[in-house]
Amino acid sequence: MSNFIFQALNGLSSAMFLWLVAAGLTVAFGVCGILNVAHGSLYMMGAYFAFTSFQILGLNFWLSLVFALIGAGIIGFLMERFFLRRIYDQPIEFQLILTFAFILVFDNLTKMIWGTMLIIPTMPSLFQGTIPIVGRPFPIYNLFIIFAGIAVGLIIWVILKKTWWGMKLRAAVSQREMANAIGINIPTLFTAAFVFAALLAAIGGALSTPIRVCDSGVGGAVIIPAFVVTVIGGLGSLKGAFVGALIIGVISALCTLYIPFIELFILYLIMAVVLIIRPQGLFGGER
Amino acid sequence: MTWLVNILNLSIKSHRFKLVWLGAFIILLFILPLFSGDYLLYMVMQMAILCLLSYSVNLLLGNTGLLSFGQAGFYACGAYACGKVLLAGTSLLPGIIIGVAVAAIVAIILAFFCVRHTAIYFAMITLAFGMMIFSLTQKWVDFTGGDDGLIGIPRASLNFFYIFNIKMDTIPAYYYFVIVATLIAIYILYRILNSPLGLIFQGIRDSETRVSFVGISVRKSRLICFTIAGIYAGLGGALLAPLEQTITPSASHWIASTDPIIATLLGGMYNFSGPIVGSVIYFLLKDIIVRLTMNWMLVLGIIIIILVLTFRGGVMGAFRAYLLPWLKSRLGKEHKNG
Repeated sequence: MSNFIFQALNGLSSAMFLWLVAAGLTVAFGVCGILNVAHGSLYMMGAYFAFTSFQILGLNFWLSLVFALIGAGIIGFLMERFFLRRIYDQPIEFQLILTFAFILVFDNLTKMIWGTMLIIPTMPSLFQGTIPIVGRPFPIYNLFIIFAGIAVGLIIWVILKKTWWGMKLRAAVSQREMANAIGINIPTLFTAAFVFAALLAAIGGALSTPIRVCDSGVGGAVIIPAFVVTVIGGLGSLKGAFVGALIIGVISALCTLYIPFIELFILYLIMAVVLIIRPQGLFGGER
Repeated sequence: MTWLVNILNLSIKSHRFKLVWLGAFIILLFILPLFSGDYLLYMVMQMAILCLLSYSVNLLLGNTGLLSFGQAGFYACGAYACGKVLLAGTSLLPGIIIGVAVAAIVAIILAFFCVRHTAIYFAMITLAFGMMIFSLTQKWVDFTGGDDGLIGIPRASLNFFYIFNIKMDTIPAYYYFVIVATLIAIYILYRILNSPLGLIFQGIRDSETRVSFVGISVRKSRLICFTIAGIYAGLGGALLAPLEQTITPSASHWIASTDPIIATLLGGMYNFSGPIVGSVIYFLLKDIIVRLTMNWMLVLGIIIIILVLTFRGGVMGAFRAYLLPWLKSRLGKEHKNG
């Protein structure tokens, strides 16, 4: 039983990374209608920026988080403003192919700038050590991740439901033409939403550096589980992304413990079954 | 320059003249082993296999408007099944046939679930199934050899009921087999796409509602289309196994599904010869860029971005729309002046 609880907690902390990536993915899809295959690359850029400022420039942990956010925000802005904006009205195939091309570009750029080594920075001293949970040492950092993920979720909720900008965003999602007619600048709003999505990915990437492997191929590796999560939760639904991340994170952690051979298979099986039975996902509305 | 103008005019208009170009191309393919080394032959075989896979992608994308991220799954089914059969010590043909058959069966089963979806949901469900096949090839160690894959697949000889027995162990011999198989497959596909069935596929791409109003079952046509696509991917895989002599799980990863998508896009997806042109360009490009710079992914990425933003018709589309009229007007002027 203690095995079970401990592994479920581990699953919870990895679920938070899934949640942060999936949240940005689903925001970009829900608002701009674009399924950004290169979203994992924004996560990767966040990780590399955080690593650079923390390990190489020697800034403190929080400052390096801010640095990662600024860097990824700028990249997100450039991507939306100069490339994605031109293909909003194109069939979905072109959007997928274009954003896939960005994976190639970002992977190669990180290889050119940072080399092909794995980046493993030291744990910030604030989070070193463990605390006992069910009689076992549980890393403080993992606990911090769980709280950070929930905190980011709350911040997103407050921004979308309580701020003026969030209201405009929701207006644009539900009735784009009407929102345009009452004077909301839709293109600017779309850019802002995409930058917001990039920031979410960058937080995930930046927080992942102390405990997860990060190299120049991580962008393509992290996006597929994020697809699984968003599809299960429902494309465009934030609540769905959160619940989907919890389901996938915990199930995959438990499968690793009990049935390691078919862990991957089960994840994709869940995705396929959800798509067959309920294509709009657990929390998706009408599609 | 009059003759050049005439050739250009003829090659656009005359069907017979196109056949002449095609014949020249096929003859070139057949005499290639006489004067080229094994490396070039190996490259051409890889192009042919990528070409089959691209046709598989384009059958769904260009003809029915569905982007699949899981074609590598069928490709791997064909490759693993063929590899398994050849490792059991049969001759070449049963290996290829069983490889294709396995891919076809898997495609028919999955088609029932996939064809209910379009656009993004189709891409997602094919991704899910493709990755399920990937996880099987990676984790079902007893059957697939796990991460090491199947090793030492023999390039068995082509043997047909004691009528003939051709050794396939040299590169040129296997080259002829691959080329003949690919050409036959492409010809069959050409006939399919120019049959009423092919017109239905295009009709579904352009307007699903209208096709169903005419009284044709969209679902059934998509099922057939998906299955044919699976068969073509499976044939590509089955031809790959004896060529490489090893098959690893990376053949079924979703990243492997993107190669034919890029090749199709390069060549042009609304053109029958697009996948052929695309696969050739893709391989040459990769070969050239890798020789010049380490950063081939960057160059390829930029090329794809430019293609998607400007020439969605690919090389063949751009050729038809821009280069051909330009050449004609250019040469026509000279013709008048001269």
